[in-house]
Amino acid sequence: MPHLILFLWLVPSLPLLAAGWGALLKRQRRRLAAGLAIGAMALSWLLSCAAFFSTLRVRILRQSCNFTWFDLAHTTVQLGWMLDPLTAIMLMMVTFLALVIFIYSLGYMARDQNFTRFFCFMSLFGAGMLGLVIANSLLLLFICWELVGLSSYLLIGFWYEKPAAAAAAKKAFITTRIGDIALLLGMLWLYSRSGTLLFYNHGQGCLEQASLDRLVAGATMGGMALSTAISLLIFAGAVGKSGQVPLHVWLPDAMEGPTPVSALIHAATMVAAGVFLVARMYPLISAGPHPAALQVVTWVGAVTAVFAAAIAMAQNDIKRIIAYSTISQLGYMMMGLGVGGVAVGMFHLITHAFFKSLLFLGAGSVIHGCHGEQDIRKMGGLKQLMPWTFATYAAGMMALCGVPLFFSGFWSKDAILGAARDWPFSSAPFYLGVAGAFLTAFYMTRQVCWVFFGKPAEAQGAQAPAHESPAVMTIPLAILAVFAVLAGFLGTPAWPWFDSYLNGANARFTFAALFARPQLLLLLLSTLVVGIAFALGWRVYSRVAWQSPREADPLEKSLPPLFWLLQNKFFIDELYAATVIRLNTAFSLCADWLDRVVWAGAVRAVSGLTRALAQINRALDESGINAGFDLGCQGLRDTGSILSWMQNGRIQRYLRVLGLAICLGLLALIWGSA
Amino acid sequence: MMNPPLSHYLLLSALLFSIGFAGAVARRGAILVLIGIELMLNAANLNFIAFWRFGANPQALTGVMFVLFSIAIAAAEVAVGLALVIAIYRQRKTTRLDAMDSLKG
Amino acid sequence: MLNEISFYLLAALTVACAVAAMALRRLVHCALCAAAAFAGLALIYLQLDAEFVGFAQLLVYVGAIAILIVFAVLLTRGEEAAPGGRQSSPSWISGVGIAVLLLAGLLLPILASPSLQHGAPPAPVPSVKRIGEELMTRYVLPLEMVGVLLTAALLGAVVIALREPSDGNLPGNSPAQQRAKTGEAMNL
Repeated sequence: MPHLILFLWLVPSLPLLAAGWGALLKRQRRRLAAGLAIGAMALSWLLSCAAFFSTLRVRILRQSCNFTWFDLAHTTVQLGWMLDPLTAIMLMMVTFLALVIFIYSLGYMARDQNFTRFFCFMSLFGAGMLGLVIANSLLLLFICWELVGLSSYLLIGFWYEKPAAAAAAKKAFITTRIGDIALLLGMLWLYSRSGTLLFYNHGQGCLEQASLDRLVAGATMGGMALSTAISLLIFAGAVGKSGQVPLHVWLPDAMEGPTPVSALIHAATMVAAGVFLVARMYPLISAGPHPAALQVVTWVGAVTAVFAAAIAMAQNDIKRIIAYSTISQLGYMMMGLGVGGVAVGMFHLITHAFFKSLLFLGAGSVIHGCHGEQDIRKMGGLKQLMPWTFATYAAGMMALCGVPLFFSGFWSKDAILGAARDWPFSSAPFYLGVAGAFLTAFYMTRQVCWVFFGKPAEAQGAQAPAHESPAVMTIPLAILAVFAVLAGFLGTPAWPWFDSYLNGANARFTFAALFARPQLLLLLLSTLVVGIAFALGWRVYSRVAWQSPREADPLEKSLPPLFWLLQNKFFIDELYAATVIRLNTAFSLCADWLDRVVWAGAVRAVSGLTRALAQINRALDESGINAGFDLGCQGLRDTGSILSWMQNGRIQRYLRVLGLAICLGLLALIWGSA
Repeated sequence: MMNPPLSHYLLLSALLFSIGFAGAVARRGAILVLIGIELMLNAANLNFIAFWRFGANPQALTGVMFVLFSIAIAAAEVAVGLALVIAIYRQRKTTRLDAMDSLKG
Repeated sequence: MLNEISFYLLAALTVACAVAAMALRRLVHCALCAAAAFAGLALIYLQLDAEFVGFAQLLVYVGAIAILIVFAVLLTRGEEAAPGGRQSSPSWISGVGIAVLLLAGLLLPILASPSLQHGAPPAPVPSVKRIGEELMTRYVLPLEMVGVLLTAALLGAVVIALREPSDGNLPGNSPAQQRAKTGEAMNL
């Protein structure tokens, strides 16, 4: 339907409406709050499906709808939304995952006091994320970017009575803010150089050829091309939001929030927003003959992938392992964008969204079943006690590790590695990617062994036996597991539908493409890597899983200094605390002193001066004016008393005075007329 | 019939006037002051009649009319004045004017 | 000739009675002398051919006003014991001085004016009919007003001089008691 584009604005607006209404609800209206959120998201999902199908049928690659926000004298600020394959696929993913996770939250948050507030914030997040996806203007994107960041803050700090949660929320917000400042600067620069922030506007948009040519041709002071400089600033924003090194420190702490939040926001959608931004701005980042920004993207991604995977090997909190895994996979996505283009990176984003949210929801189910326990060393034997959770979690884990052929992660990661291998600038990213894949499989095996295999936790002294989660939680897990498997088939080399969909071409199913030499070699390499990692991990950890108590990690025993470094996350947090935060504290103390002493002193001086002037005025008024007036009145009274002395009440005296006056009058008349 | 000139009448009137005035301001009793005032009024009446008689138009009777009214009013005034004197005498048992100074300032 | 002599005689009489009215010690004598002065003036009016005025003067001044004054004198005789003469008025000299000044002031223009030396025109005969006509036509308003005034004065005089029951001058009270009561009333 060509008119669908006109109604696309409803997709983020319905959840926004639900959030607004939900904000006004009382705490007891739980069903209404949940109903609003789920209903709005369901409607958005249906609209997104319609949009997706319309992009399948209509061959116009890109539709947009722009409007003027406000009119300045010589220019206007325009916003708009658009629909193209990238948008459609993201819409489908976001709305579907949000819907599934909302339903999951009905069970997970059932016993929480602030049920209503949770769904309000989740709807708000949904609105922001969907707005971000359909935005045709960098300004609108930024607005929704900030909205999403705000909802993340609100949801991480959902249990704000816990100091750890409040601190984590603050950390998340401030760290992403650093990236956002760079993004804002890039946005302003882009606006000043290209005159518009609309992406596509009939040839005048900032991502269209005319603007790109101008930006590539322009140069900054350091000799860098303008497009490169702006791209780097925008990428810095993505670094913050997607948790790349060095701004990754907030993501593990963000696990203080409820598990559905971690699943939706910190696995599938918000952190993917950075990747999405890079994908959206890809024409700008890859513009020109030597796109240096794209190389930066690749290196940052590759380093992050290995860095985070290494740290994950030494963590003991079930959610933190998955969080570091997320950071690592985001690095993969960035690397994919850098080496292979939009389709490669986005494919991994889509598959990752499904299996990572599945893993988080599964972890939530495990935590729920273990009555709040989150340390994997204290879990065990859940394979028998929580079979559904185990089955779905295993599916997700295998997708993440990239188990060949039937799991989606395999195909998407292979696409990235394949593109990295063919990268002309260096093959280091390829090797880093392979190392990362090995580490991923290793630490996931470790986690699964300790959580699901081995001795049950109650034998180790836990309070009550673990139990399977209710259906409202396990059914979403099953749904996601199905997608974790099936989504991969959209992007195999045999049928590169995803790639062709995004690029507007038609894909053809050619089974033989699987067996082309480079592809085959890569397939075998990946399989080998994963297999070795599984075997090693199983050998090391399955034995330990039966031990009790399980404090000593075999890795720690063999390489204590390395383990110590990994467990403390390379001391990045401590480094930041000693440098940046200390500097900031010093600055704020200085500002406080300035405010309290200097400015307040000035204000006090002015007020003191005013009061002194007022006192002078009052003194003048009382002694000068009042006294003068009183003196005048006194004079009148004295005159009056003198005059009244003349009245002695005797008529004869008055008569005499009259007579005298007549005489004088007569004399005056006579002499006057003489 | 020759009349004395006008000036003589006026002289007489002036004399009567000043005698009346002297009595009004020099005597102590209220009734005497009233008598003095009556004398002054009469002197003025004489003035009017004299000027009427010696004037240009005696047919108009202006002087006569004025004097008639003056007499009537003088009568009314004396009546009220003496009533006042009697009322005050009843209160204060005296008609001395220097005892009636309660309107002093 | 007769006119002049009569005038001078009458003038002298009137002046003498006026002086006596102002100077005598006893009030009744003053009142009677005043009546004589009024009579003298009435005769002067007659001499000036103003008959009606003269008779009116006799009727009103001598017949009413002088009698009224005598009555008032008689009614206020309580302090006859103290001499009411001019010796007790301390500043009578200055009063008389002012009167003299006044006289001088009046005499100066009279004596200096030449127009006052002329003789009198022929005697008019103002008939009472003429006076009546004038009263009813030209002077009807003043006439009516004088009527109202006289009514008001009559009523007012009666009201002012009315003896209140609280005055204490009822038969049966001795003069000492009356004086005491009036003394009480005087303490305002």
